[in-house]
Amino acid sequence: MNERPAAIPADLELDGRLVDQAREDARAIAREVLDHVREHTTTSMERTALRLAGIDGVDAEGTPLPNLLVEQMGAGLGYGAAYWLFNAVAATGLDPMAVAGAVAEGRIDLARVPSAPPGRVRELGRAAARAAVAAVDARRQERDALVGRLGNPPSPWLYVIVATGNIYEDVVQARSAARMGADVIAVIRSTGQSLLDYVPYGPTVEGYAGTYATQANFRVMREALDGVSQEVGRYIRQVNYASGLCMPEIATMGAIERLDMMLNDAMYGILFRDINPRRTLIDQYLSRRISARAGHIINTGEDNYLTTDDAYEAAHTVIASQFINEQFALSAGLKPEQIGLGHAFQMDPEMTGGLLAEIAQAALVRALFPGCPIKFMPPTKYKTGNIFRAHLQDALFNLVGVMTGQGIQLLGMPTEALHTPFVGDRYLALENARYVMNNARGLGQELALRPGGRIGRRAGEVLERAAGLLGEIRYLGLWEALEQGFFAGVRRDREGGKGREGVVLREADYFNPFLEALEGGGGDG
Amino acid sequence: MVEVEGVRPYGDRRDDGAVQVSFTLPVPDGERAREAARMLMRQMGLEEPQVVFARDLGGDFTFVVGYGRCRHAVDLAAVRVARVNAEVMDFKAVNRFARERLGRKVVVVGACTGSDAHTLGLDAILSMKGFAGDYGLERYPEFRVVNLGSQVPNETLAGRAVEEGADAILVSQVVTMRDVHLTNLSRLAEMLEAEGVRDRVVLVCGGPRITHELAVELGYDAGFGPGTGASMVASFIVQELDRRRQVRRAGQEG
Repeated sequence: MNERPAAIPADLELDGRLVDQAREDARAIAREVLDHVREHTTTSMERTALRLAGIDGVDAEGTPLPNLLVEQMGAGLGYGAAYWLFNAVAATGLDPMAVAGAVAEGRIDLARVPSAPPGRVRELGRAAARAAVAAVDARRQERDALVGRLGNPPSPWLYVIVATGNIYEDVVQARSAARMGADVIAVIRSTGQSLLDYVPYGPTVEGYAGTYATQANFRVMREALDGVSQEVGRYIRQVNYASGLCMPEIATMGAIERLDMMLNDAMYGILFRDINPRRTLIDQYLSRRISARAGHIINTGEDNYLTTDDAYEAAHTVIASQFINEQFALSAGLKPEQIGLGHAFQMDPEMTGGLLAEIAQAALVRALFPGCPIKFMPPTKYKTGNIFRAHLQDALFNLVGVMTGQGIQLLGMPTEALHTPFVGDRYLALENARYVMNNARGLGQELALRPGGRIGRRAGEVLERAAGLLGEIRYLGLWEALEQGFFAGVRRDREGGKGREGVVLREADYFNPFLEALEGGGGDG
Repeated sequence: MVEVEGVRPYGDRRDDGAVQVSFTLPVPDGERAREAARMLMRQMGLEEPQVVFARDLGGDFTFVVGYGRCRHAVDLAAVRVARVNAEVMDFKAVNRFARERLGRKVVVVGACTGSDAHTLGLDAILSMKGFAGDYGLERYPEFRVVNLGSQVPNETLAGRAVEEGADAILVSQVVTMRDVHLTNLSRLAEMLEAEGVRDRVVLVCGGPRITHELAVELGYDAGFGPGTGASMVASFIVQELDRRRQVRRAGQEG
């Protein structure tokens, strides 16, 4: 996103063969997982198909219709929810939403509807898929037009969070943040939503340390941000989480409501929410296919390793994971400019020369993934409640961000570790970032790295260890590596964790016209 | 300024009462907002309130930095602090104490309960690495640690503690909204009481808003706030276990 690459990453004398080897290993690791993905589907993947077919809403008890229908399909899910739905459409002449309504009222049992001619079912499904993809494309074109007219801010983009629990209060704070210079607004989800096996419905005003991700809430925030974008003359981007047990459903909602970024990590849910590894990786593939088509920028979550592991010691695990995330993303059709690989400024501030290691890490990520808008996360672990020192830590973080050409800067808060940000904290954070980044702009283009110096050597060492780790993971396979605790020191069994029961083997004549249409839209998967 | 005996803030000379404050008012910036800020500071007990900086936060809010002189004072002699009753020992001393006095491994079960997903505090106390050079309990050879992680229901934590034969239960509560952490914490204490296991465990909680006084009020043996290291928690656990052991022995002898 920078006009001219900063000299600091460009100066790193990285071993090109090592980089190629790391990328090749990551490709092989992803390939093995994707073979598994292609043979399976999940309850959330099938609910996604129903949502793309236009099914939304809840029944009298508040159960989302996509959940209700998938439950009714039971053991037949391996044929694809689209098969059952469009079979009923063909047999009854109703549209998908009317079929869902009839199921909710107990007037139709999908398994008992007489079989329609398979050709007719497929024809109806594929027509619906074409319409769904066209609707997603229309929202993407709308974004392109707005960005074309309003323009992009200079990088790094300034990313802040709101987390009031009440979408209408979030809107007030988001507008205030945009007027103070924020470029990207993320609505933090209510704690625990990642473990819900359904997406809550309608606008919500109660949450726990965050606001529920619902389609109605997405719409409320989009409308507000579009309004304030016009006012401030910049396109303000909206972020939410395509993660947890409803990953692809939320990506779909994000596509329909024109969100701009989705947090979507290959392994976050597995490691930190104990979601079944197979479920996560299957869901993830579809969610990334949707994001690819919708023009989302995904944000990966390697920063999280560093809250449990030591940022200096475990720096190479971040790089290794980024290589893997990159391959999963490319094979789901995402373009490099849509892959916001994550990392963080989390080293112990008491470390002598620690800033050099932070610069080395930021420059290394930038150099390894030149086409990607790198997402840089702020210090949180060593924030102690001393809000004055925290503000300084964030200033150094901002300096490294602008100097090394990071793409998306999630701003640190002086009151980190104390409470969700006050509106005044957000102001201080934005002022800090704008001051440092404006004042230091161009610095990275002017300074050259000393050949063979400490920053360059550190980057080379981290790359070497990352490449070594990728080699080991390739040898074991990702499943086994997860079982042995290769990431963040957490061990996860491929058959363990939440949501395992939602993984289903695809039948030979599995039908998912939406996935077909999305896969037809580019990518090398 | 009203003279009160006792201790008050010190800016650059004794008893000047100098205080800095910053806060945001939900009104647009202007003379009225600034005057309102000064009036609020006066109500807070700050004399000669000054607004040294005010900034509009996008139309609906005004951020204020203010100074004033605090007219209140506190009589130090009258200050009572509820303190965790334990002598702080280091890593080696805790392990030696456990070996010599308790003669067995101390079993600790820890969790972030409710919907709290923030394990930072829990990991600082339990994980091998600990925090800022203070090793976590997992590294203590005389401790066996079961870290259940985040979003653990009270029932699961209580059940697991019984299963593992826990000597101590550690609960961390970081994120809170409308004081839900308090309800969560007291429910666990009640649950252990109801199941008749409360007396068998040392029950400890921690988090940025936890004080020892609050913890005791909620039915806990100790509460640890920000800046607590694992060695402090470990010291308390082994000394409390030893104290109970002695009480039991005295009871048997008496």
